[in-house]
Parts: sequence; C-alpha cells; structure tokens
Amino acid sequence: MPITNKMAYDKFTVLRSSAVPLPIENVDTDQIIPARFLKATERKEFGDNLFRDWRYNPDNSPKEDFILNNPVYSGKILVGGKNFGSGSSREHAAWAIYDYGFRCVVSSFFADIFKGNSLNIGILPVQVSAEFLDRIFTAIEADPKTELEVNLPEQTITILATGEQESFDINGYKKHNMINGFDDIDYLQAMKDEVNTFAAKSLY
Amino acid sequence: MSNTPSTLFDKVWDAHVVRKIEDGPDVFFIDRHFIHEVTSPVAFLGLESRGLNVMSPERTFATADHNTPTINQHLPVKDLLSANQLRALESNSSKYGISHWGLGNPKNGIVHVVGPENGITLPGMTIVCGDSHTSTHGAFGAIAFGIGTSEVEMVLSSQCIMQPKPKKMRINVNGKLSKAVTPKDVTLYIIAQLTTGGATGYFVEYAGDVFRNMSMEGRMTVCNMSIEMGARGGIIAPDETTFNYINGREKAPKGEAWDKALSYWKTLKTDEGATFDEEYHFDAADIEPMITYGTNPGMGMGISKNIPLATDLKGGVATYEKSLNYMGFHEGEQMKGKKIDYVFIGSCTNGRIEDFRAFASIIKGRKKADNVTAWIVPGSHIVEQQIKEEGILDILTEAGFELRQPGCSACLAMNDDKIPAGKYAVSTSNRNFEGRQGPGSRTLLASPLMAAAAAVTGMVTDPRELMEVQEEELELSYGL
Repeated sequence: MPITNKMAYDKFTVLRSSAVPLPIENVDTDQIIPARFLKATERKEFGDNLFRDWRYNPDNSPKEDFILNNPVYSGKILVGGKNFGSGSSREHAAWAIYDYGFRCVVSSFFADIFKGNSLNIGILPVQVSAEFLDRIFTAIEADPKTELEVNLPEQTITILATGEQESFDINGYKKHNMINGFDDIDYLQAMKDEVNTFAAKSLY
Repeated sequence: MSNTPSTLFDKVWDAHVVRKIEDGPDVFFIDRHFIHEVTSPVAFLGLESRGLNVMSPERTFATADHNTPTINQHLPVKDLLSANQLRALESNSSKYGISHWGLGNPKNGIVHVVGPENGITLPGMTIVCGDSHTSTHGAFGAIAFGIGTSEVEMVLSSQCIMQPKPKKMRINVNGKLSKAVTPKDVTLYIIAQLTTGGATGYFVEYAGDVFRNMSMEGRMTVCNMSIEMGARGGIIAPDETTFNYINGREKAPKGEAWDKALSYWKTLKTDEGATFDEEYHFDAADIEPMITYGTNPGMGMGISKNIPLATDLKGGVATYEKSLNYMGFHEGEQMKGKKIDYVFIGSCTNGRIEDFRAFASIIKGRKKADNVTAWIVPGSHIVEQQIKEEGILDILTEAGFELRQPGCSACLAMNDDKIPAGKYAVSTSNRNFEGRQGPGSRTLLASPLMAAAAAVTGMVTDPRELMEVQEEELELSYGL
C-alpha cells in the first residue's frame, strides 16, 4: 500500500481563475460526497465522486444539467450558496473538492467543521457578504469565463471584469500556514513538552 | 479563579487550553477520543508517513459501526471495501495499543451509544471523534464535537487539536411538554425555529425545566442533534440524573476517585449572571410531535400543521422548491396521511433502550402495516440485550417486526441498509438530506413514537391518535 503524505498541499498566495457557480443553499457534505464513497483506507480518487448523485445518473451516465458536466464552466474556484458544507464532519468532502481541482470555495456562510477541514488540507474558504456573492453569480452568468482573483496575503477577492472587491477574514495563524503550506501537526509536535506537562495534570 | 460569573462551557473549555495562539486558535487538550472505521484509516497512514506514534493510546477507544452489517454479523462482511476498513481499524488499534470493540465484541455498537453506556463519557471532559454527532456526549456536561481526519491525526499524535473558541448560545425550554412530545420532538422543534444553519459558530447550552426533567437518554438525543442547526455541540449541566446514570458503569470512577470526581462535577454549571452571545427562550407547551417534510433537519413542523408556503419564507425560494420537488411534496399540504414505505428506528440519535420502550408502547397489541418494511436496529449489544430482557422483543415479534443487530444501519447508506430510490422512510435518525439513506431516498425525521405510529398504519400518523395509555404511564419515558 503506497504511503502518501496526505497533508502535503500547495502553498496558497494569489489565485486567479474562472469559477464554477453552484447557487444552491445548504449544500451538505452528503451531497459533496455520499457516504457510500467513504470506504477507502487511503486518500485518493475522491474527486471522481464529488457531487456524485447530482453529477451522475444511477447508471453512471452524466446528468447533463449539472454544472460540473457543463464544459462552459471550469476553474479552481467553486462558488456555493449560503451555509455551504453543513452536516457530516467527513473530511472526505474537502478531499473530494481538492482532488477535483478546486483550491478555493466562496460562499456567504460556511458550516464550521467543513471550514476547518478545508483549511487543514489547503482549500481556502472565502466568506463574502450575501450581496457580493450575488454579484459573483451575476458576473459568471454574464460571462462563464469571467475571472476572480483571490489574494490571501491581502485578504481580498476581486471580480476582475468589474473591479468589484471585498475583503475576507482569516486568522493570522491559518493564513501563515496556508501561505507557507504548513500544517498543524508540525506545530503540535514542536510543542510536545508543553502538552506532556499539561497532560500530566489532567483529571481524566 | 476569578469571581466573574462564568458559563459551564467556559469552565470546561478554559480548563483544556494548553496554549493560546495570538490571532489564531487555541491548542486544545482532548481527554477522550473515539475512533471508528471510516474516518480513522487515513489518519493512521498520516502517522506512519511522518513516523509518529500514538501519544496516549489509553485515551482513545475504537468501535466499528458505520460499515457493519446489521444481520448475520457472525459471517464475514460481504462488502470487500467495508471489510477492508474494519480490518484497518482492528490492525491499527492492535498496532498502537488502542482498545477496540469490533464486530462481534459484546461491547460493540454505535460509538455515541457505547461511550456513555460504558462510563467512558464523563462530565467536564473534552471528547472528540471523526463524526459530527459526537455532540451527543455533551449531555453529560462534557465539551464534545466532531472533527475531521486531519484532526484525528492530531489527537492521535499529540492529544490536542487547534480550535478557535466558538461563541456561546443558551437555549431555554421551560414549562410542561404535552402528551407524546419526546426529546426528539423538542430538538426538531428547536432546529425548525433556528434553521439548519442558525447556530453555526456557536456552542449551545440547553437549560430550563424540560432538560432538567429529562432522562440522560433524552438529553443525549437533544445534544446529538445540535450539529443539525450548525452548532459545534450542545452541553447540559450535570446533575443528580447524570451522576446516577454514570455511577457503577464499567469505566466510571469508583470509591475515592468517584467522590473526588463528584465534588468537581458539582461545580460544572453556569453561574448566575454569566452572559451568552445569543439566547433563546421557548415554551414547552408550543411543541407538538414533529415531522420533517424537506431535505434538511430544519425543515420540520408540528404534525397538525401544513407544509409552509414558499411565499412565507425569507428568501431561498429556489432551494426550497428544489427540496420539495425532491421529496415529491407540495407547499400547503398536510403530512398526515401520506403513505410511507419504510420505518427505521435506531442510530446514535434514537437507538437507546428508552427509544425502543417508546416505540413498543405504540406497537403493543397492533400489527405492522403490510406496506411497510421496518428496520429496528439497537444502538449496541447492550441495548439489544435490554430489548430482549424487558420483553420488548416479544412485543415486536408478535406485531410482525424483526430485530436487527447493532450498527449505524440505515442512517447514512454506507452499509447494506439502504432505502431505495423514491421510497419514503420515517426515520428516527438525524439527517434527511437528499440521498442520505440511499440514492434517491426520501426521509421523514421523527420520534420513535411517530415512527411506531407510521409502522402500524403505513402512513404518517399523529401518534396521539394511537395512545390509549394514561399520561402517568407515559411519564416513565425520557423522565418527562
């Protein structure tokens, strides 16, 4: 069994790309990847089953009206309706999005666990206002090739065609990690003595 | 300690912060870690690839539940991928010295059922698992929540995760619940009021008479569903009900250790005057037996109501229409009388003995409807044993039902128990997302009483119409 370093992800600084619109609210992680595709013991090929039941018919033929099956839309940015990633804590949902080729998800509101999982594997969740989200959808509708620029150091997202821009929040620690491709495990290993001292006093 | 009034949540959280990172998350210490076969294998691979060891194997407990079949558990698991995951859990546990309750072990069952019933879950603990319904354990006054696989690897390797502290919400429900209103109805009501994302970013404390009077099993049902309104978890202050439940369980503290623990646990409550970022008050009398009609758990209503009109919504009409279209329902319709095909009682939400007692109270003396396929799945072998010993199995058998073996079963369509496309299932589980119980399946979330009423009538039925028992008798269930 090949051993891959699952935490390896590319550094994230500035991403300029067209985007795939998914203007549906409450996209839950069961839609992003249904449970029956969580049976692997390695992290590979989850992208094939991204949005499986919205993307394919029961006979595995593509559903033509689903956005990922429309060649007009492509890019490294997925734009979803509010409350994106609700439900199950399965990190497989974030893996599927990453493995498919997305590096950034934009929404007006993210579910907590999905947001944390995304940051842990190198997907940048960008939370924008409901108004700005509408403007992005409108811009993509007008021109499917329209490009967005996500600038992590500056914490801005820009619709390049119109110059409309909004800033987004991310804590300084996670921002530093994303820009450098670091992860939490390295950080925690580096403070192992402190953790051991703490654990020795634990009540349980 | 300062004299500033503090919440239960703050007390437990702050006691577990190893380090505060400026403009970053807290390094948060984890007392108990549950793992199962689905979300742990890649974490163990990660450990191997980095050459790391498991820091405190005695703090981690493994049980197999998501992938396990619920019949013929003595035979080899037919699905090769499932069998492979089960083997990985077993070999990883064995390699690192982690307690493992696999298929066939008398302690095996759903992780959020076996943790509490064996006394692993205790007040004041921090508990995580790669499963969002870890919030269940908050019923004991623990901070418990679901994590991703990267975090499973963090806990295995360092017993810590990196967590920004959530905001605090308190939900108060006071007054007396009406007949046939169970803890499941209370939680479905709250979620319908707040919506599926209404508590995102918060950790919720449940307070008020209704939760005070509720049994531990009922409290677990409520805390379990906290994630369904986006909350990371729910927590209820421990009290005599909690202590009585824990006392004597296998892994609970004994003797002097018990006395010491108990005196600490009694301090675990929100002080008078402590503040929350958000607070809600609900009246118990407003809650009816609930049922969902849509594709997220916030789309629920009292059984006597009609499906809301799109024009009454605050936005989101397209998503709403997509949802009703998937369900094959129309706005303004009643749910009562709708024909159903399947009934599922079980899961980490409603798979404990009180749930089966409630279910049997309606089944008793009736017969399963011919058009219904029923899956009756205990949450653990211990629950299975209780069902047999209390005579509930006899009631079920008499009525034409069969009891299956423990596991997550039809909750998530990962094992063999899947609801076929287009079919309607009244389920006591926790999610009615599209395809949650099988591709194309349509889920109506409800309480064990509602599930029983549907199982014997073959349609959505108000359980109150079938309840001839006196109210005094009902009070035996869930402490209510």
